[in-house]
Amino acid sequence: MTKLLELQGVSKTYGKNTVALSEINFSVNEGEFVSVIGPSGAGKSTLLRCINRMIDSTSGEINFDGQAVQKLNKKALRQFRTKIGMIFQHYNLVDRLTVFENVLHGRLGYKSTLAGAFGFYTDEEKRQALELLSILGLESQVYKRCDQLSGGQKQRVGIARALVQKPKLLLCDEPIASLDPNASKVIMDYLQTICKSMGITVMVNLHQVDVALKYSDRVIGISKGEVVYQGDPRFMKEEEIHHIYGSEAGELIFNLSEESHYVG
Amino acid sequence: MLDNFFLRKRLKLSLLIVLILAITYGAILIAEYDIIKGFTSIPEAFVWGVQNFYPDANAFSRLPNILNKLIETVLISVASASTAAILAFLFAILGSHTTRINGFFASISRLFATLFRNIDVAVWSMILLFSFGQSALTGYFALFFVSFGFLTRAFTETIDEVSNDSVEALRATGASYISTITNAVVPSSAPQLISWLLFMIETNIRSATLVGILTGTGIGFLFDLYYKSLDYHSASLVVIMVVIAILALEALSNFIRRVIL
Amino acid sequence: MKDLSTKDIIKPLKTEKKIKVKPFSKAGLVIRLTLIALAGLTIYGFITFDYKNITFFEALAGSLTNFRVMFTEAHFNHFTFSEALYQVLITLCLALLTTIIGAIISLFLGLFAAQNLSSPLLSNSIKNVIAIIRAVPTVLWVLIFAVSAGLGSVAAVIGMTFHSVGYLVKAYSEAFEELDHGVIEALQAGGANWWQIVWQAVIPSTLTYLVSWTFLRFEINFAAAIAMGAAAGAGGIGFDLFMASNFYLDLREAGVITFFILAVAILLEIIAVRLKKYLKTAQ
Repeated sequence: MTKLLELQGVSKTYGKNTVALSEINFSVNEGEFVSVIGPSGAGKSTLLRCINRMIDSTSGEINFDGQAVQKLNKKALRQFRTKIGMIFQHYNLVDRLTVFENVLHGRLGYKSTLAGAFGFYTDEEKRQALELLSILGLESQVYKRCDQLSGGQKQRVGIARALVQKPKLLLCDEPIASLDPNASKVIMDYLQTICKSMGITVMVNLHQVDVALKYSDRVIGISKGEVVYQGDPRFMKEEEIHHIYGSEAGELIFNLSEESHYVG
Repeated sequence: MLDNFFLRKRLKLSLLIVLILAITYGAILIAEYDIIKGFTSIPEAFVWGVQNFYPDANAFSRLPNILNKLIETVLISVASASTAAILAFLFAILGSHTTRINGFFASISRLFATLFRNIDVAVWSMILLFSFGQSALTGYFALFFVSFGFLTRAFTETIDEVSNDSVEALRATGASYISTITNAVVPSSAPQLISWLLFMIETNIRSATLVGILTGTGIGFLFDLYYKSLDYHSASLVVIMVVIAILALEALSNFIRRVIL
Repeated sequence: MKDLSTKDIIKPLKTEKKIKVKPFSKAGLVIRLTLIALAGLTIYGFITFDYKNITFFEALAGSLTNFRVMFTEAHFNHFTFSEALYQVLITLCLALLTTIIGAIISLFLGLFAAQNLSSPLLSNSIKNVIAIIRAVPTVLWVLIFAVSAGLGSVAAVIGMTFHSVGYLVKAYSEAFEELDHGVIEALQAGGANWWQIVWQAVIPSTLTYLVSWTFLRFEINFAAAIAMGAAAGAGGIGFDLFMASNFYLDLREAGVITFFILAVAILLEIIAVRLKKYLKTAQ
């Protein structure tokens, strides 16, 4: 297995005393489905955003596909970001534009400033976008404005926008946190398919432990900015979950049995 | 306890009313405002208005001239608001939290907006009168400066409100700064920005009348001319035409807003 | 448009047509037409303006020099610092009186103009009259009143009040209309009469909006009071500015007065921001 992404001693501090991440070490192999779990405020979002440098880490090394991420200059950074698709909790679509336009936004990283500014897309790009939309079951929504879609549909547009980039890695920041159980299952299934049949590496932040256990090849547990667990979900023990979530654990177990019948 | 709560509440309210009354009384003394005259002047003005303030045949003969100046005033209002909007958009991009390049430009943008917004249009026109004299440019620039200050603030707030999330998504795809603005910020904020621009044009027409009186240009000058020569019939026609222009513009703006928002 | 399938979209490709990214939308069309119309009017305006033989760049350079002189060499010639301060106070008082009188009148008219508190006929007639009052620029109201009341603070306050009322009734009535219908219904069900509902439910629950709109109007009235001092002889700092710039032609004094006005206006804006924040947290 080749390593696609490697983090060594990555830390992020805000101001002088607020530590968001401290000494994070892990690596992700090509084609892997990795979940990051942990309580709110543990630093999951910061971690994901450090990988594609939406947030600059304070120290440590991040290597992606043979590139030292922190050393990239502005132009190289743009090029590097095209290789990583990102999916957001709140979908982050331009609501007033059509589904089609939003998906094509995924191609902007490949364009010169001028072509990007005026939104000139090639027929090839348009065809790819349409193909992805039909794979994601959105062929009848192509010309709809995004504010007319349901949450699950919006997230699928978000996925299409990320896939049209032809990424090697998909970073998903709480992709199902704002969705109902049915839509959540649909989205997680799509992510799994993308990983297994398209061979795209997927890294997902989740706060539903049961979902993480069900879908991932590997689980990374984060608490207070530190990695406290790494391993195969099949062998994950209840104490380890308790360890990640600390005092929230009691509540969590309740959630586990509550939710499992929806997604399971 | 409960009685106490309501008592305190009533006491607070009474204190507030007394305070407002005291401030009002102080203001009356300082501004040398004559309360009795204030009350009697309203019916007097009404009676005078009914007897004198309506257009007669002579006034209607001046209509072409009035319309001419009214069109000029509308054009100045549109031109100043539109050109100011372009500049304000650039400053708003620099000043908004979502799209700013760095803190320095953001502070400069906010400083400019505050300065230009808080110097009233009357002040600008008197300053500009020194060099631009009684030309249309005096009014244009006075309205331009105020529009620029107001629109920069309104645009900045709109961009902050509307486009935070999608800007993040586009930056994550590797899109360039300019692409991010044209593909995310512009489409999400355009309708609101246009709505503000239309509002600014309406405001400018009202202000243009004032500027005209101060600088001797446009429709304001014409009103002042008739007013000072005691030709109230013609002056009233000017007022009626201004009202019609503003109401028509308001109706048009409301129609545009309904479709685009 | 709704039920286009991928096939329909891809089909035209074979005939070598471009794939459309954006469907036709009425909103898009109106936005474009509006922008084109504004651009056209702006250009037409610049062509037809009455420039009165002004050489643009000369005048612009002159203005810049004037600005420099005004703001870097500002000092008093005809007034003292304390006199100017007192004149600012007079302007503030004119604005204050206008705002208070306007707010009281607007509160009642606003209640009658709110659709959920009034009859459609009354509401619509008040709103229409108010729209016309609002359309008349403040300075014209003041000058019209000045004919019978004479130039001075009375005409200024009454004239400015008209426009304030036009503005506040609109703002207040819209705030009242946004009130949750359930609140009124609950009190009606308890047998409360109209005035009781107004005092116990409508005003307390919209107070935040009322106060911030009123203060915003106070800021506008301060600017208007300056303008009325200059254009309608209402006294205060605006009149001094008018004298300094149009009568004495004294740039430096105009500069120092502008600084005074700017300082007060910024102070008011800071107070407004604080007030808004305070009201938000107090609720």
